[in-house]
Formats: sequence, structure tokens, C-alpha cells
Amino acid sequence: MENVEPVMATEAPRTRTIIASASKPALPPHIKLRHDAGRGRWLILAPERVFEPDPVAVEILKRCDGAMTVEDIASLLAKDYNAPLQEILADTISMLQELSDKGVIRA
Amino acid sequence: MNEIAPLEQFSEAPVVAACARAPVGLLAELTHRCPLQCPYCSNPLELERVNTELTTAEWQDVMRQAAALGILQIHLSGGEPTVRKDLEDIVEVASNAGLYTNLITAGVTLTRERLVRLKELGLDHVQLSIQDVDEVNAEKISAYKGGLAKKRELAHWVRELGMPLTVNAPIHRHNIENLPNIINFAVEMGAGRLEVAHIQYYAWALKNRAALMPTRAQVLKTAEIVEEAKERLKGILVFDFVVPDYYAKTPKPCMGGWGRGIMNVTPQGRVLPCHAAETVPGLEFDNVKDKPLADIWLNGQAFQKYRGTSWMKEPCRSCPRAEIDFGGCRCQAMAFTGDAANTDPACKFSPFHAAFVAIAEDESSQAAPPPFVYRRMGAAKAAAE
Repeated sequence: MENVEPVMATEAPRTRTIIASASKPALPPHIKLRHDAGRGRWLILAPERVFEPDPVAVEILKRCDGAMTVEDIASLLAKDYNAPLQEILADTISMLQELSDKGVIRA
Repeated sequence: MNEIAPLEQFSEAPVVAACARAPVGLLAELTHRCPLQCPYCSNPLELERVNTELTTAEWQDVMRQAAALGILQIHLSGGEPTVRKDLEDIVEVASNAGLYTNLITAGVTLTRERLVRLKELGLDHVQLSIQDVDEVNAEKISAYKGGLAKKRELAHWVRELGMPLTVNAPIHRHNIENLPNIINFAVEMGAGRLEVAHIQYYAWALKNRAALMPTRAQVLKTAEIVEEAKERLKGILVFDFVVPDYYAKTPKPCMGGWGRGIMNVTPQGRVLPCHAAETVPGLEFDNVKDKPLADIWLNGQAFQKYRGTSWMKEPCRSCPRAEIDFGGCRCQAMAFTGDAANTDPACKFSPFHAAFVAIAEDESSQAAPPPFVYRRMGAAKAAAE
């Protein structure tokens, strides 16, 4: 048997994650999507950061459960917003790439 | 997606309405005790003694009140917050109250066992400060032996437990040339964020300014290094770059505007608009032992005094940047011009700006900087005598 170096799931990514249709994005435990009732908005709580996602980002983030692929998420949104899938998919990928680069999602 | 910096958190709301709401963050200085003696510490020159610190129950009450007020993030700081044996009890209450908890530590006193427990209790994030990646130099800066090895160990535990890690590196003339190695260290430690934080000259750092100030050329070089590394490490390491304002043209929006985005509670329970606010005369600081946090935030004299823009004089009053940088820093205005309501001398429109820049240029050009006045009880007084 080959002696394979165990891959630790807890390691921070030491290479940039590239988001594709088949990626399964999820919020890591230390990133919290929270509704701020006092101010009537959604917020992302991150290490020493607070982000205010726009309404589309909120819809995407709510679906980032680590099980659905980016394409699944885009299909749901395409249905909800009655918009062409390819367009939504491209927008979803670019938004998730931005979120991944900020450390807000993992995939 | 927008990041809500303290400055922007209420960008569409008028200033007065904005301040009627809660700050985003609360900096809880649990203690001024610290095994390190870094000469740029942001704690005041007069350190508060252990027997005057708030009790466990009092800190827990601050946490509950903060959450009820709508504060989102708690920064557990010091001194070294882990020297308090009740840190776990405070974190537990903060986390249960729904606050995002951030531990700001020098990483030399925390055991793995305690970290595991803190994680179980809901600690969200660890910020580890380093003095340098060169061990000898790190020991000289912190006046503490063997710190770097302990920091490496803590960083390893944090990552092993799957917690997010930020490395905070205060930058000054004694470690500025090591910035590329500091960036490599953060990557190697598995950090998700690196704060490249040029020293802000208040408190101990102001006392040691002549020993710490880098040259303009060195500062510009760090900006280049960070820009390059940001691009190269995209998706791996997020950078925060804090620029030194002595070489700036416009001042920083200190604390995101006075009494606007952040509040600070000292070990004794005094509530300040910023760490250095006690250096501004004429301010009255309320204590959490006497008044509710919400009342202090909304009505406290110290918060109201420089909140918004109505206190401003010229050139701030008519400046189009008045609500962008809020006239910069009140404490720096006080320290350098003798009037906290003056424009921050970091601003090119301040009549004191030329003298301010000249000091940095002069001090940084000295071939042999003065020795450090280390951060210890009574050291500032002794140095002054």
C-alpha cells in the first residue's frame, strides 16, 4: 500500500479554489450568514469583517449547503427569477469566485 | 458585495440617525497584563492594575448588553486576554448571546487544552500577533524569550482545530525589511488573513516613535510588496494593509468616525470611543459599573463630544471629505496641535502638516535610533524623569 500523506480537511487552502459548475460551495463554520433584524438586512460575519451581501448574493448563499452544485443553485435561481440558465450560471460562478477569494465560502 | 467597514456601515443614513444605532464592534480590553513588553503597545502609558479589573460577572454582563444593543463582533483583547483565567466564562456568554467572538492574542500563554475548550464554547476566530519572524529580533522587540516557537505552536493548534487564523504583524523600522518573510510565515502557518499593520503612533508607540519610524521609501516599498503578494496569493491569503499616516496626504477615518462604529471597554470598565481617548482632556468616561452600555453609547459625554461633524472647525468644516475621514484622529490632533478639535496633522490641509511630516523624515533618517522604552508598569514615568 502506498503511504499517502493524509489530507487535512481543516487546512486553509494553499492554492486558490477555482469555482466551476460542478463545485459544491459551503460556508465554513466561522462564516455566519445572519439576518440583522434591527437594521433590516442580511449580514455575513467573518473574521474581523462584516459584509453586506446584495439580495442576489443572499439567495445564493442560503443555498450553499455543500451538497448542491453551483449548477443546481443556478438552476433554482433561473427558475425563481425566470431568467436564462447560462446567464445566471455565469453570474453565480463569478460571484462565488469573489466570495471564495474573500474566504467567505469553500468549495 | 460590500464590506461594511465601520466607516461605511451607515453610509446612507445621516450621521445623527446612524449613531442612534449600535456600533458594529466592541473591543473588550480584558486586562492590561501581558508577558510581552512591545514598545508600540496601544495600551495607555498608565496601565490599569489587576485588582481594578472588572469581575467575570461584570464582563459577562457587558457581553449580554452588547448583543442586546445590536453589536455584532466582540474583540477580546488586552494586554493579553488569555492571562485571565475566566476567559472561557466570558467567551461562553458572548457566544451564547450571538456575538461573533475574536480572540486577539500574543500566543505565548494559551495551552492547547484551553484552546480546545474555547472552541467548544464558541470562539469564532483567533488573531495572533507576531513581532518578527527573525527570532532574535522578535525577542528584542518583545523583551520575551522563546515567543516565536510558542506562536508557531499556537498557530498549528488553531489550524489543526479547524479554526480560522489571522496573523497580525505590526510593522516598523526594526522589522520592515523582513516583510516578505512575514508574508511567507503567514502562508506557512495556514493563516487566512494577514494584517500588515504599520504602527500607529499613539501611547507607547508615540513614546517610542523615534525608535520605530521607518523612512518614506521603506513605507512605499511595503505597499509595493503587499500589492504584489495580494495578486500572487489571491484566494489563499487576504491582506489588510494599514498605512502609517505620517506620510499620508489625507488622514485616516479614525475608528470609522468618533462614536460611530466601535466602542472600547477598558479593564476597569470605562467605555471609550477609542483606545487613546483618555489622552484628550475634557472628556468624561462613563463606566459599565454605573450605567447601561446603550446609554453610554447614545448619550455619554465622551461619545457626543466629537460625534458627527458639528464640532469641526476649518478646514474640516467646509471640507468635502468631512464625512469621509471625519477630520482624522482626535487624539493625534490633541497630541500634535494641542487641540483635539483641530484637523488631524496627517491631513495636507492642516497648518501643522509640514512639521508633522518633517518629524517622521527626521526621526527615520537617524542612523542610530534611540533605545526602546519597553511597555511596563511605571516605565513611561521613569523614562520621563
